[in-house]
Amino acid sequence: MYAFDFEKPGSIADAVAALKDEDAQALGGGQTLIPTLKQRLAMPSKLVSLTGIAEMQGISKAGGEIVIGGATPHAAVADGVAGDYPALAELAAHIGDPAVRNRGTIGGSLANNDPAACYPAAALGSGATIVTDRREIVADDYFQGMFTTALDEGEIVTGVRFPVPEKASYMKFEQPASRFALVGVFVAKYADGVRVAVTGASEEGVFRWSEAEAALSSDFSPAALDGLSVPADGMISDLHGSGAYRAHLVAVMAKRAVAAAG
Amino acid sequence: MTKVTMTVNGKPASGDVEGRTLLVQFLRENLRLTGTHVGCDTSQCGACVVHVDGKAVKSCTMLAAEADGAEVTTIEGMANADGSLNTIQQAFQDHHGLQCGFCTPGMVMSASALLADNPRPTEAEVRDYLEGNICRCTGYHNIVKAIMAASGQDVGAIAAE
Ligand SMILES: Cc1cc2nc3c(=O)[nH]c(=O)nc-3n(C[C@H](O)[C@H](O)[C@H](O)COP(=O)(O)OP(=O)(O)OC[C@H]3O[C@@H](n4cnc5c(N)ncnc54)[C@H](O)[C@@H]3O)c2cc1C
Ligand code: FES
Ligand code: FES
Repeated sequence: MYAFDFEKPGSIADAVAALKDEDAQALGGGQTLIPTLKQRLAMPSKLVSLTGIAEMQGISKAGGEIVIGGATPHAAVADGVAGDYPALAELAAHIGDPAVRNRGTIGGSLANNDPAACYPAAALGSGATIVTDRREIVADDYFQGMFTTALDEGEIVTGVRFPVPEKASYMKFEQPASRFALVGVFVAKYADGVRVAVTGASEEGVFRWSEAEAALSSDFSPAALDGLSVPADGMISDLHGSGAYRAHLVAVMAKRAVAAAG
Repeated sequence: MTKVTMTVNGKPASGDVEGRTLLVQFLRENLRLTGTHVGCDTSQCGACVVHVDGKAVKSCTMLAAEADGAEVTTIEGMANADGSLNTIQQAFQDHHGLQCGFCTPGMVMSASALLADNPRPTEAEVRDYLEGNICRCTGYHNIVKAIMAASGQDVGAIAAE
């Protein structure tokens, strides 16, 4: 790692101020950023830890939505939403391993927008709202391709609001070495329709499979997806699986998710 | 340099660290607690697992400065007060849960975090919890067996003697 300064502010306002310095960068749980720094792929002048900010921790409910603080670790989400949003709890409970879940945060995962990460599928599949220090961004506008989001320089994800669906499920086909999703599909049924979000598959990062959404909105059953497929074009091809393989998995995992959602 | 102060294995510890100093470096190099191992340094293997405020974390993937003010427990803090092995450690010995021993500190720390949360885990729960702890020697069966035994369960039926 290159050398950097470290700061741990106690409020969002102080963190925003600290991030104004040139080349300052936010530090969530560090489960992505620290490995990145070790590889010298980033050279921040200063890391601003968000883990000491009480107003970015914890889970609450407001107006039928679950509100999760941006610095809430995956393990706390897994425990905290098990009753209200079991599919989200299950997703959080299967990110990486227990030690990763004790440090890694929802805000860090959404800011990073790894094309194989789990939370982007939940946020897009739930039509969540990403709350930052300066505005609110709906998930449909937030994710802008692999490792790219609508966040500006120094903007902090302070929280995420999830509307609670009638039924939902996340099915992850795990890449066993990294524990990320080779393909993961999040399906959520709301009163006004079904949302299907796919992670791990596309070169554009997380995306909505609108054809499946339409089919499931009129008939919420695995059979409604018979004959539907996503094109292999634009799917990630790497040593873990070809684009065609991933495209095939999308339909398989979507069906499994619908079956599990019941 | 910034000064960090934490409680390590029940005793106060402090030292000057750089922003980039990892918790594992602080433990091993400043405090000379070399029981915590670095296996991969890429957040994969779990040899470096310690407890920070009661939670298992990979000390190679946490800055020392982040642990300022925290209660840290390492493998050196696991033995009984009289120096004898604690229940989990003894079970690893009894059930041959280690060969070279490199992964063992992390395995014991993860096992102890698991049993604190879930005192009678199923075999599947133990295996699931050890997802982030890699062992190149044992093939895991005897590690799982040791943890099941440490939780007071009958381990006769678990594979591999
Ligand atoms: C072994 C291992 C297995 C993993 N498996 C999975 C998996 O199965 N699924 C999965 O989804 N992820 C997985 N991860 C990634 C993990 O979930 C990370 O915790 C997550 O991607 C990043 O969150 P973090 O809080 O650790 O962020 P950090 O690593 O601290 O930061 C990541 C990036 O986000 C920025 N950032 C952090 N917090 C904020 C914020 N609140 N607002 C704005 N920017 C912010 C940082 O500046 C940095 O650019 C795994 C990681 C490891 C090490
Ligand atoms: S040394 Fe920390 S996970 Fe391998
Ligand atoms: S005993 Fe050798 S790595 Fe586990």
